[in-house]
Amino acid sequence: MNRRHFLGLAGAATATALTGQANAAGGHSFNGYPNSYGVLFDASRCIGCRQCELGCNQINSENVTKPWTTLPKKDPKSFEDTKGMNDKARTDATMYTLVNKYMPAAAGGKTPVYKKAQCFHCKEPACASACFVKAFTKTPEGAVVYDGSVCVGCRYCMVACPWNVPAYEYDKLIPYVQKCHMCHPHIKAGKAKLPACVSSCPMEALVWGKREDLIKEAWARIGQVPGRYIPHVYGEREMGGTNWLYISSVPFTQIGLPENVGNTPAPELTSGALGLVPLVACLWPVLLGGIWQITKWKDKRAEDEKQQAVAEALAAERAKK
Amino acid sequence: MNPVTYLKFAKEHPILSAIFVVGVFVTINRFFIGGLAKTTNLDNNNPWGIWISFDLLCGVALAAGGYTTTCAALIFNIKGFRTAVKPAILTAFLGYAFVVYALLYDVGQPWKLPYPVFVSQGTSSVLFEVGLCVMLYVTVLAIEWLPNFTDWVGWQKISHIIHKATIALTIMGIVLSTMHQSSLGMLYLIAPTKMHPLWYTPHLPLQFFISSMVAGMSMVIFEGTISHHYMHSRMSSEYNNDHDGVMFMFAKACSIVLFGYFFMKWVPIAGEHKWAYLLDGKFALMWWAEMLGFVALPCFLYAVGYRSKNTGTIKAAATISVLGIVFNRFNVSWFAFNINLTPDQRYFPSVQEIIVSVFVVTLIILCFRFISKYMAIFSDHPAYKDHH
Repeated sequence: MNRRHFLGLAGAATATALTGQANAAGGHSFNGYPNSYGVLFDASRCIGCRQCELGCNQINSENVTKPWTTLPKKDPKSFEDTKGMNDKARTDATMYTLVNKYMPAAAGGKTPVYKKAQCFHCKEPACASACFVKAFTKTPEGAVVYDGSVCVGCRYCMVACPWNVPAYEYDKLIPYVQKCHMCHPHIKAGKAKLPACVSSCPMEALVWGKREDLIKEAWARIGQVPGRYIPHVYGEREMGGTNWLYISSVPFTQIGLPENVGNTPAPELTSGALGLVPLVACLWPVLLGGIWQITKWKDKRAEDEKQQAVAEALAAERAKK
Repeated sequence: MNPVTYLKFAKEHPILSAIFVVGVFVTINRFFIGGLAKTTNLDNNNPWGIWISFDLLCGVALAAGGYTTTCAALIFNIKGFRTAVKPAILTAFLGYAFVVYALLYDVGQPWKLPYPVFVSQGTSSVLFEVGLCVMLYVTVLAIEWLPNFTDWVGWQKISHIIHKATIALTIMGIVLSTMHQSSLGMLYLIAPTKMHPLWYTPHLPLQFFISSMVAGMSMVIFEGTISHHYMHSRMSSEYNNDHDGVMFMFAKACSIVLFGYFFMKWVPIAGEHKWAYLLDGKFALMWWAEMLGFVALPCFLYAVGYRSKNTGTIKAAATISVLGIVFNRFNVSWFAFNINLTPDQRYFPSVQEIIVSVFVVTLIILCFRFISKYMAIFSDHPAYKDHH
């Protein structure tokens, strides 16, 4: 191997090792922020009045912080229509939250049960793990917030989110991702003390507090009247735990909360595979460089042997004459 | 191009010019008038459509001929592969360049596409790795391809410098390909609840990498056949002499890789106890079709074609393999993805989305035709015979 070739190889190895190194950071462990806040939603208290939707729309269309946290202002009357509620609707680019109406079999199929849908604010969010420009941040206060100034619009966050929460402004030429930010910017700016949905709920179906306290409160409610609630706090462990928690008197799958999401935090789904990247980057150049040297040497040796054989044959011919 | 020459061209190539005109219209609609809403059927539940499934996933897999051919020719020093290097590099370069071009349509704010590398690095993201690798690999391919251009315009000093770095570039290319071919499968690891269990497995990255080898080699055979048909006059006798040899070697290699891949697909089924799914309706049927029709069958045909030295059988195997890769990538990213949605929520591409994909493929073919017509791709440059 001559000097220049060695430098070339070294350059290739360094460049690839660098790309690998950058990803190895995905494998760290994180137990969530200890004093973070969250919200507990009690499906048995919700009456489907849509006041939380109204409160959300009002604060996020008026107390505008950044262009990407601006919701179009809706007519307050439009939230009075509770007849059109169904179990299919989902959050979109014009609303961070909405209430779905279910007719669960567990409640006889005749009594409606309501569930409020919004971002779950995972302790280790799939969207943040998936985002290749770090547009999502898990704040120590508990909210998962989005920074549109770096967002490229690849929508991998939407692929990654197990609950299909992030929505996209498909109809705009400069589109952003839209999702609930737990009113984090408003609380930080002193414009609100609680998330708007919580403060506008007339039934106290939503409780704001420290996540740890909320889990205690949830289990206390479950224990108070045995048989009233399903003995499970949805969000305590799902996807490594979320800051939005649910309790319900009917099975969660019957109010649109899938129970197959698993307890593995999202980053762990990819960190193992990503960890192999530096290995490939280190192993391949050495291996391939070695193979190249061997094949080159093999060819050269075959060539030498051929030339030697020819020379010997020629010499033998000459000797005969 | 003035209107008269365009009309003349349009008369000679009506389909091509029709695709070109509609393609330009949809492009304008996508970027300046309607945005994503008016050009695509994407929605909040289906953020990724055919531009990811076909243009990105299939595009990258089918451009894998670049790393497989350069590895065989330059690292393993297999005799007779030297002439296959330049067409393979050209295909890979165009393939990747147009993958990046097609991405501009898909992302919401395409002018920010350099952000993940230069502004805000989300290093925990698989997509970051894909982006970085693709960016570096396009650069490597551009450098590897550049001598064709510099020879053409007569700046041979540059060609000479690049040739000195051939091996380093080749190794970098293989490393980068290994990483991002597998990372495309890795992208879906984060969504275990959305994909059908027959496809979701932690082995996805490995499966993507191994199948990309077959995709690359099959594509070299497949398009070598087409090139032969249309570019025959541009091919040197040396290229033509080697052509069948390359085909036979790749056929043999593909047969072996497909054989291994067949069993590799069983490992997660057995390891994760997914036997019951193999008899479970529509998805089971699709899985069996993929395994028997697009893995086992081409594996067998390649072996038979190699053994009997029958180029026809090999070409058929190559065509099936190429279709099989498309089927597999569609299964992972589209047909067997988002399976929890109700049928009316499922995605199907809009006409305009399909037009863009067809438009991009057409542009690749046009570029390939132009470059191989004017530059020495299927032959050695006369002034530069001994260096490639």
